[in-house]
Amino acid sequence: MNATGGLLASEKTTKVLHFDVDTIREDFPILNQLVRGKPLVYLDNAATSQKPAAVIDAMTRYYSADNSNIHRGVHLLSERATKEYEEARVKVQSFINAAEAREIIFVRGTTEAINLVANSYGRANVNAGDEVLITAMEHHSNIVPWQMLCEEKGARLRVAPINDDGELILEEFEKLLNERTKLISVVHISNALGTINPVRGIVEIAHRHGVPVMIDGAQAAPHKNIDVQELDCDFYAFSGHKVYGPTGIGVLYGKASLLDAMPPFQGGGDMIASVTFEKTTYNTLPYKFEAGTPNIAGTIGLGAAIDYANQIGLPRIAKYEQELLAYGTEALSQISGLRLVGTAKEKAGVLSFVLEGIHPHDVGTILDREGIAIRTGHHCAMPVMERFGVPATARASLAFYNTKEEIDALVTGINKVKEVFG
Amino acid sequence: MTDLQDLYQELILDHGRKPRNFKPLEAASGTAEGYNPLCGDKVKIYVKMADDIVKDISFEGAGCAISTASASIMTETLKGKTRAQVENLFHTFHDLVTGQQAQLDAPELGKLAVFSGVSEFPIRVKCATLAWHTLRAAINGKGEVISTE
Repeated sequence: MNATGGLLASEKTTKVLHFDVDTIREDFPILNQLVRGKPLVYLDNAATSQKPAAVIDAMTRYYSADNSNIHRGVHLLSERATKEYEEARVKVQSFINAAEAREIIFVRGTTEAINLVANSYGRANVNAGDEVLITAMEHHSNIVPWQMLCEEKGARLRVAPINDDGELILEEFEKLLNERTKLISVVHISNALGTINPVRGIVEIAHRHGVPVMIDGAQAAPHKNIDVQELDCDFYAFSGHKVYGPTGIGVLYGKASLLDAMPPFQGGGDMIASVTFEKTTYNTLPYKFEAGTPNIAGTIGLGAAIDYANQIGLPRIAKYEQELLAYGTEALSQISGLRLVGTAKEKAGVLSFVLEGIHPHDVGTILDREGIAIRTGHHCAMPVMERFGVPATARASLAFYNTKEEIDALVTGINKVKEVFG
Repeated sequence: MTDLQDLYQELILDHGRKPRNFKPLEAASGTAEGYNPLCGDKVKIYVKMADDIVKDISFEGAGCAISTASASIMTETLKGKTRAQVENLFHTFHDLVTGQQAQLDAPELGKLAVFSGVSEFPIRVKCATLAWHTLRAAINGKGEVISTE
């Protein structure tokens, strides 16, 4: 039994010893279905990952047995719900190796985490003439909040360029740092290209210039061991639904010293110590940033997802996914007329590609008829598409429950696309 | 593969590969831009109206086979049509691709009938209708940017 009271799939211990993907797939009920008469091949994991039964069960159990509001109730259900909610915080703390549990703020997702930092830290520290630095491979969620902040403050958003493989050009990045730079926000792993940024080095450079760094870890947390103390980053954000947990829950990590000094993001219940009409005293961390009844079930689901990922083991997940990526890269490279977009040396399981003379949207429709789910479009990274001179790409993104057979199915599917378009 | 073959008929593939009237129109009396933010498809329609008749029509843009072919065949079909005929064809075409009439027998559609397969692909309806929505804006001369969302 785990902390939330249920059996974890990985307690069938064999899979802990061997990476048995067939057994792992049994943990994900959704994978066992036909789509348009064909076995589902789910290759849209960068958009959202699938959920193991352990997560679904933990949430059902919470709603069936423990549902109540947290922190203020004197009754037993509230006590249980509060305990599970706070236990999830400790699981997250340990998952990313934060120094303290109060450095873990529950939010709706990565987008809200970035908006929190932009609105709270940003508005308090970025002024007219100041600069915020991002990279050319950011998701819209790590562009627009900073644009809004810069517009409001009369500050300037600077963008560090990437090379033709989709790698950040570190020398150019460092050149953009100056005494006006107040904050850097960079993606850990690019959702559109798969590039793994050298975030440890980026933080080191930034701190040499005295600039704090926020990392958008939405694509990294599901696939890589994260250690925020080792990275020494100032803020780190990720989403529950990409790390095998539910939607609507995410995490902002911040160093306690920074979070303590920051003004609240939203006002309301839970984030206060006392309220009179004359004056409100804010609550301590992390509650200062958790106004209102939070997503309790989602948080408990996230805790169960982290338990599950830990049972499989992030290093093993990463190793297996790298094997899949190498296999997929090799297989797709054999297809004539196919160009991979994003060929960084350090890369996660993202295969973004274009087919000569065939629009990605048409590729997606034909693959869907084969039961293969991929993403087509700009992947909320329109500046990346512009950088590579394409309106859109087709993107297959991998998870540890995918198989080489599924990549073979993708290749067969792409060849069908080419047949249709003759 | 049958429904795929219905969607990607040879005429659609041909117009997708080699779009007709694919150029700017200098003497245009109206232009409008259309955009599908979901997939990034963009189209610009040029139309030259005189006496309420489409004297000339062309387009530019980048998009999938369905949206490109739809714009291309639309421009071929509408040359010489009156404003009222364009409006009628728009509605008939819309009914065709959304499958709103089980048995659509509309000879005035002509080549446009090849888009009947789109109704089996609800997610692609916007690809087929983007050019048409944009055309209406161009004819009405509002100069606005049309978005599918």
